[in-house]
Amino acid sequence: MAYLTCKNLALGYEGQAVLSDISFEVNPGDYLCVVGENGSGKTTLMKTILGLHKPLSGTITFGDGLKQSEIGYLPQQTAVQRDFPATVREIVLSGCQALAGRRPFYSKEEKQMAARNLERMNLEEYASRCYRELSGGQQQRVLLARALCATRKMLILDEPVSGLDPKVTAEMYALIRRLNREDGISVMMITHDVSVALREATHVLHAGENVFFGTREDYLCSPLARRFLIQEGGASA
Amino acid sequence: MIDTLARYFQFPFVRYALIVGVLIALCSSLLGVTLVLRRFSFIGDGLSHVAFGAIAIAGVLHLAEARMLFVMPVTVLSAVLLLRTGKNTKIKGDSAVAMISVGAMALGYLIMNVFSTSTNLSGDVCSTLFGSMSILTLTKTEVWLCIGLSIAVLVIFVLFYNKLFAVTFDEDFARAAGMKVDAFNLMIAIVVAVIIVLAMNLVGSLLISALIVFPAMSAMRVYKSFRSVTICAASVSVVCAVAGILVSIVASTPVGSTIVAADIVAFLIFSLIAKIRK
Repeated sequence: MAYLTCKNLALGYEGQAVLSDISFEVNPGDYLCVVGENGSGKTTLMKTILGLHKPLSGTITFGDGLKQSEIGYLPQQTAVQRDFPATVREIVLSGCQALAGRRPFYSKEEKQMAARNLERMNLEEYASRCYRELSGGQQQRVLLARALCATRKMLILDEPVSGLDPKVTAEMYALIRRLNREDGISVMMITHDVSVALREATHVLHAGENVFFGTREDYLCSPLARRFLIQEGGASA
Repeated sequence: MIDTLARYFQFPFVRYALIVGVLIALCSSLLGVTLVLRRFSFIGDGLSHVAFGAIAIAGVLHLAEARMLFVMPVTVLSAVLLLRTGKNTKIKGDSAVAMISVGAMALGYLIMNVFSTSTNLSGDVCSTLFGSMSILTLTKTEVWLCIGLSIAVLVIFVLFYNKLFAVTFDEDFARAAGMKVDAFNLMIAIVVAVIIVLAMNLVGSLLISALIVFPAMSAMRVYKSFRSVTICAASVSVVCAVAGILVSIVASTPVGSTIVAADIVAFLIFSLIAKIRK
């Protein structure tokens, strides 16, 4: 059974749909890229899956032992966070909130898990540093470590490389690839870069007026992708 | 000077003032950190104006002894309403706060004038706004009420510290992790309302925001972890409150504004330290 199955979803605000007729699933080990133009409702889709918005219609089901609160989420950064007085360790530990539940304090295991995830993201030496003093790429790794504290099964990433320089971007993609291939974590990632989706993903969901969902190979042959790629090629030429 | 202080401390009302002052300064600074970081400090300002209106009505209704029992629920209710309207897209959060707070102020003063029962109206208004004398006229019941509520606030703060951090840093993430963020925000709003009503005794309704904002801003200049910012804000706030109360006794200045003046000095010192470190 799939971790996540969405059927005939319609999303939007105050009754007005921005996206409709979305159906797709995420299975263990999948790497799904969600592509589409800006404003096509990609972030809304993520937030709906996480339970932050209600869908206008359609169903979202979780399976294979995954609960909604067990998804690790890497949101786009807010202005508040860029200037936040907190250490890296404090932020990563806050990812254990779902595990702690009603308990007021974090347990020893949770603290160890936070430490392990710091290590996984190569952040040990920054553990006591202040978040606002880190570079953009380091901040993204901190948020990724926090997301890993919340999940062992599935990550949802919202434009994880926005604002990063090409070198750090490549490192970030490599890191995500490793989490997917080596640790078997399913990944669902929003990106506006179709070429990234074609390089990294196993599956593609194209959101917009025309919706496409399928494997990367199928997407490559679809007219939607071709139009996108030609446009991009034209722009860079 | 020490003789003067020793003489004053023989009076129970001076000791009460010091106890209450320290507790209020402590509570308001703890919540101040999260309010400032979440850009919610305006809620403190709005609520204090509401409390002013409520006190005016309580005065007209001759609720002198039991006025806390009237002012507290009204302010808590407004806190809940403000939080709701903050999310309403039709009336923007900041203008809603402005409308409620200025409206409550104007109506409060109007009511005080029309139904005046006092011979010294402007004195009453002034002490409600700037808190001048009311801290020295606390009854024993009010002191105990203040101690009880402060302890409740402290316990809530310690128990919910980790959740408070999670929500302050990233509300969406906390919500996705299954936290009941709306209920949590409601609790914060209620606690803030309680603190504001308590703080009216100390600094008056116009100066409450200072107790919430200044210690947090001072601590954020220098410290870099959430925990140290919280501890530093609490310490700065308590030290400034004690200093302000002592100075006001010796120099016979108004209590509230002296405490705020001490907070401003602390902020300048911390800003300077931050500059030097860079």
